Amino acid sequence: MSIAFTMDKFRDDFSFANSEHGIRRFPFPFNEDKYMYAINIEPHTPGPVGSVFEFQIDVDEHYVAEMRDRALVLDEDPLRCQALPHMMLAQWDLVELLMTNMAKDYPDHFSLEKSGDRWRWINRPLSIDQIFTFGDPATLPYPPMEYITRQSQGDFCLVDQRDGNLWMDAGMVTTQPDWSLDFDIGMNFMEWHGPVPLAHEIGIFDRALKFLLNLQIGRPVRRLNWTMTINPRLDTSPENYHKWGIDRSTVKLENVGEKVHLRVELQGLWRLPRSNAILFTIRCYLLRLDELVTVPKWARRLHRVLQTLPSELVDYKGLSRYRDTTINWLSKFDDGVPTSSGFGPD
Amino acid sequence: MLFSGIKSRPLYATLQPDPFARFNLVLVQGEGVNAAVRLLECAGDQFRMRTTILYAGAAQAADRMRSFQIQRMQFLPTIETLLVRVDGFLATAMMGTRLYTAGTEGFMGQVIQHAGNYFIDHKSIITEHCGSLARRIQCIHCRGATENVTTNVVRCSHCGVDLLVRDHYSRRLAAFMAVSADAEAPGTLPAIEKIFR
Amino acid sequence: MSDGREISVRVSDITVVAKDIKRFRLQPISGALPLFSAGSHIVVSIFADDRRIRNPYSLTSVGDPSGYDISVLKTANSRGGSVFMHERVTKGTELVISQPVNLFPINLSGRKHILLAGGIGITPFITMAHQLASLNQPFQLHYGSRSKERGAYAESLKEAFPDRVFLYRDDEGTFIPIDALLRNQPLGTHLYVCGPEGMINAFLKAGLAAGWPKESLHAERFIAPSSGKPFSVKLVRSGRTIKVDEHQSILEAVEDAGVKAPYLCRGGACGQCETDVVSCDGEIVHSDNYLDPDVRKSGSKIMICVSRLNGFELALNL
Repeated sequence: MSIAFTMDKFRDDFSFANSEHGIRRFPFPFNEDKYMYAINIEPHTPGPVGSVFEFQIDVDEHYVAEMRDRALVLDEDPLRCQALPHMMLAQWDLVELLMTNMAKDYPDHFSLEKSGDRWRWINRPLSIDQIFTFGDPATLPYPPMEYITRQSQGDFCLVDQRDGNLWMDAGMVTTQPDWSLDFDIGMNFMEWHGPVPLAHEIGIFDRALKFLLNLQIGRPVRRLNWTMTINPRLDTSPENYHKWGIDRSTVKLENVGEKVHLRVELQGLWRLPRSNAILFTIRCYLLRLDELVTVPKWARRLHRVLQTLPSELVDYKGLSRYRDTTINWLSKFDDGVPTSSGFGPD
Repeated sequence: MLFSGIKSRPLYATLQPDPFARFNLVLVQGEGVNAAVRLLECAGDQFRMRTTILYAGAAQAADRMRSFQIQRMQFLPTIETLLVRVDGFLATAMMGTRLYTAGTEGFMGQVIQHAGNYFIDHKSIITEHCGSLARRIQCIHCRGATENVTTNVVRCSHCGVDLLVRDHYSRRLAAFMAVSADAEAPGTLPAIEKIFR
Repeated sequence: MSDGREISVRVSDITVVAKDIKRFRLQPISGALPLFSAGSHIVVSIFADDRRIRNPYSLTSVGDPSGYDISVLKTANSRGGSVFMHERVTKGTELVISQPVNLFPINLSGRKHILLAGGIGITPFITMAHQLASLNQPFQLHYGSRSKERGAYAESLKEAFPDRVFLYRDDEGTFIPIDALLRNQPLGTHLYVCGPEGMINAFLKAGLAAGWPKESLHAERFIAPSSGKPFSVKLVRSGRTIKVDEHQSILEAVEDAGVKAPYLCRGGACGQCETDVVSCDGEIVHSDNYLDPDVRKSGSKIMICVSRLNGFELALNL
């Protein structure tokens, strides 16, 4: 199946938009009318055809635009991509995982030929044809992780396992909601989750860490996380907060549908075979509220979720300035009818 | 002892001698002298013979450490010069070397940061917090560090952005995170309070 | 793990690599085997007559990824798994193995690595030595065995890494010079021990006594489930009571009864099979390396892969 790539922008004129298909496949994160943390981890097994779960690495219509946005972020701030020296083996694990999956699942767009350690990678959407030696960084134009993640949607963290803990020791992070790889690199699991409210107290992270330390090869898992973003910005990093923070003050009842976006992260966790590291993928999907309300169940449910969201989470997710206006706007789509359980449209 | 709910911030303990260490390097700043003196009092002669103390701070405060027979003691005028000396020691140090540090959080943070460059695991360093709770911060926008911050809002000493200090600490940077304080409403700062004393 | 993601393999080759040690080459019956990291092991299911025994073995294959190698020491006083492997498994035998799991990873953030092997404890270090060499990381492997004929892989390792492998033999009166090794190592050196329990304990103690921080000292300990008197186990959630035989672990008895319980290492190390004790008529004999001493004392948890009851009945939240 061939994907028609868009050329929209996640900055400047904010021309980003989802196609009808893009809206229907959006990974809506609420399976009931309220939200609280849970260890909502499930096996990352293939889902329905056309859904974001169809393949383990999802490539969608925004691929080319997103890669262009990443290149712009890196031009301004190369520290968005960093690896501590001991993570080189894990970097190669990542190259193999991404190239293998993309070539297998999207043969129209990517191909990989292997002859021993001599690999040829073809990326048609980005016009790349690269011959390199697997395991030899000198044969690629960038370090291995940077090379392949400049060609893969979503953020990527390589997490080392030692001393009974997980350590954020490498990553490519340009599409994040308000956390910084440069600040967090080298932290352990509890440390990098430090700023998250409420979840530590109810033991979420203790249990999640224990689970992840035993994560097995070939059995990746996934979960959804969410927040909201004003304007379709991929890069809402703390580094650039002084540039995008002002957006939050621009929301009015007249422009909620156009400005406010539901931002969902499809997070994947994979045990990497050569290095024993864990790959943490964080794929960001944006949905304008104008687009969201074309699905009546989602409109009703988001209205109810925002009304009942604990204040700590409103604060942490940065919704304080525009939550009330958004609820007000969404109220006209909520007729009080009960919603069916589960994530999908009715 | 400094205790907080900030998960990314190290927990500091009290200085206790490691009786097995072949070489002890004790790094002291300011009021950390109190902790160092307590350490030397409870340690035996054997320990003191294998111990080097590097101290940054007022000379007279250090007099109390002089009465112990320790292998070596050096006084440095500033934290920066002390850290240069630490680099010199660690460049040739062997397994069996134990690090101790006492002083402000900003000082200990930089000691732990330097030790990491020499492959010393932060969990193996014995620490004791003494003195002020002023924070060393890093401006997330220009990445410059500002020392001895006592207020919740502070102007970046490098790029001039007004910063709000967050409760998130990086061991690698030896600093708390600070982000623009008025990004969402330019010119409107939160009430400024002196909270890190 | 205990969820059917096991791999069926066929024994394609058996080689005697030392006295009482055989190497088994395992080929997948279909598909390809997963890659694995240095220090990994698999759990092999052995159907010995009417009993199913699951034993962990380190992977020792280097190079050819089409099959896995494991090396098995025949231990007479065990529950019969290794004896079965030696006496009943032949070329062509089909076995079931788990996915590879690594509970003994190299700390790649270190600057230098010292590997200390005793006897069959050499097995995890074969892949570790090759991985360290391919990453250009400084390392030394010190390997002690009782005699030349018991020192599996000694020659091939010495040949592969002549400057970095050091061999010691009890019958020649040479022993790993642990105290000398602990002196004069640069900061950032990590020590790894695998061998008999007594050796592990002695070397780790020597490391601490030489002033090394515990963060730099690592050991791989697989405990074989111990034998003991039979007892019964009440599975509270499943509403059943089962019997654990003399040579069976609780986990094996639970599995034989068709009840699923989580596990990973089956050697008391990983913590995956930690189980809540509802009540206990008798004394729990803890044999694992996982539970904290205070949890042990409280009697509230048990690692069912290796620990037993000395008594009448144990009620578990399973």
